Amino acid sequence: MKEELLKRIVKTPDGQEIEIDPLRDYYCEAGPTVQPPAYTAIIEKLFNWARSESLWILGFGTGCGAIEMRPLMTPRFDAYRYGIQWRPTPRQSNLFVISGYLSVKTLKRVIRSYEQMQGPKYVVGLGSCTINGGMYWDSYNTIKRLDDYLPVDVYIAGCMPRPEALLAGFEELKKIIRAGKAEGANQYAANFDWYKANQKSVIHDWDMPDYNW
Amino acid sequence: MRIPWALLTLFIVINYGLLMTALVQKIGARVGRRHGIPIWQNYIDMLKNYALRTSITHGVMFYLGPVFRLSGGVGLLLFVPSIYGSEMFANFSFAGDLILALYFVFFGTLGMALGAAESGHPYSAIGITRGLSQMTAAELPFALAVFAVALQYQTLSVTEIVAAQQGGVLHWTLFTNPLAVAAAMMSFLGSMMRPPFDVVLAPQEIPIGPPTEYHSSFLAMMQTNRALFPVAKIVVYMNLFFGGAGSWPEFFLKVFLIYMVSAFVGVVFPRFRVEQSIRWFLIWAVPLGILAVVLV
Repeated sequence: MKEELLKRIVKTPDGQEIEIDPLRDYYCEAGPTVQPPAYTAIIEKLFNWARSESLWILGFGTGCGAIEMRPLMTPRFDAYRYGIQWRPTPRQSNLFVISGYLSVKTLKRVIRSYEQMQGPKYVVGLGSCTINGGMYWDSYNTIKRLDDYLPVDVYIAGCMPRPEALLAGFEELKKIIRAGKAEGANQYAANFDWYKANQKSVIHDWDMPDYNW
Repeated sequence: MRIPWALLTLFIVINYGLLMTALVQKIGARVGRRHGIPIWQNYIDMLKNYALRTSITHGVMFYLGPVFRLSGGVGLLLFVPSIYGSEMFANFSFAGDLILALYFVFFGTLGMALGAAESGHPYSAIGITRGLSQMTAAELPFALAVFAVALQYQTLSVTEIVAAQQGGVLHWTLFTNPLAVAAAMMSFLGSMMRPPFDVVLAPQEIPIGPPTEYHSSFLAMMQTNRALFPVAKIVVYMNLFFGGAGSWPEFFLKVFLIYMVSAFVGVVFPRFRVEQSIRWFLIWAVPLGILAVVLV
């Protein structure tokens, strides 16, 4: 556990002594819960349509594949036409593109970012590395199957897939969302213990709360 | 009978604002040789944000921040006449509404400062610091211009100021008091959150500043305000400096053209740092405003 996360007694500027337990005071202990779809089927369909037409990608390039996302913002591919935008904060984004190989060190940050996103949220695995490790299949510090650690909605195969492949993948994701099958956030909540066990089996220096929104 | 009409004004302006901001974004994209977002994208984004299943809060002020911001926009719109000479769309304007409008312009920013501060994110604090210092510097020339206009027409009522500008383009404050309008338009650039004065949000630098922690319906409310507030602010400008509007088509056209001033400047110039922008306002805009007050 990091030193800053340990329980300690702090002296305030006016001389008071208070006890701080960061894990309890700064983070939420309650795990995620399964969120039911809204009201009636027709409203949920409308919502799903809106979700599919407004994909906000978290601007977090986890591996070399992030370079393939940049052309999508430029005139040549211009993903904004399809309602796809990049947001700089996990709070506002609902799509996480895991771009390529994922080292164990990055996985830690990915988990924290993913848990801060608000549901329904989607994960796209980009490149072969997220499927079976790709060219890093025998590496000592990258994960092989992204699906073991986060619920993945769509994989885009290739090393590297071209920006066109990404656009095709996003269109595929839109179809899944419209069909109401992109329930990754709920799947994560329902199998929370399994995901946590998998995550902890590779991250040996687990120095963060189990669930941090 | 005024309340339903006021609500109708609100409805028209929100829809117009959503479509117009999308159009301006499209125009900005075309300047960069992109196709740009669909014109209805703002509606979808808002619906999506309202439809999120989970949201978290950081406390009472976190809730109230977007509420204050939206009420700043709504208040600004509803206490200034939208259509000159129309009984229905005069809203709740009264003899001293100019002062109230000045207050409402700042109100949303202050509310946002309180809300974002409670979110506890360091980038929010940086964004708020920058936003308040830049807003203060930008408000100064605007306030001076408003004083000049109030002195010129000897009234604090927006309706009377519009009335005094009727009878041809040359009666507009733009031509009768160009210095005040110049100072006010410089201040306008500073308050529209577009380059060169967008260091508050600074998307690539401090991840979007004050709203970093805002999401779901909090964010959707702020998006509503983002559509509403610029239009409400432009309505004040239009009434004070550009002869007001006699009908909705004239209103739409004038608001769009005034908005495009900031869009034009925005696509051409890169971003100012906050101390640069404050210096810019103090050196170029404030003297013009003082001159306008002195000469009136």
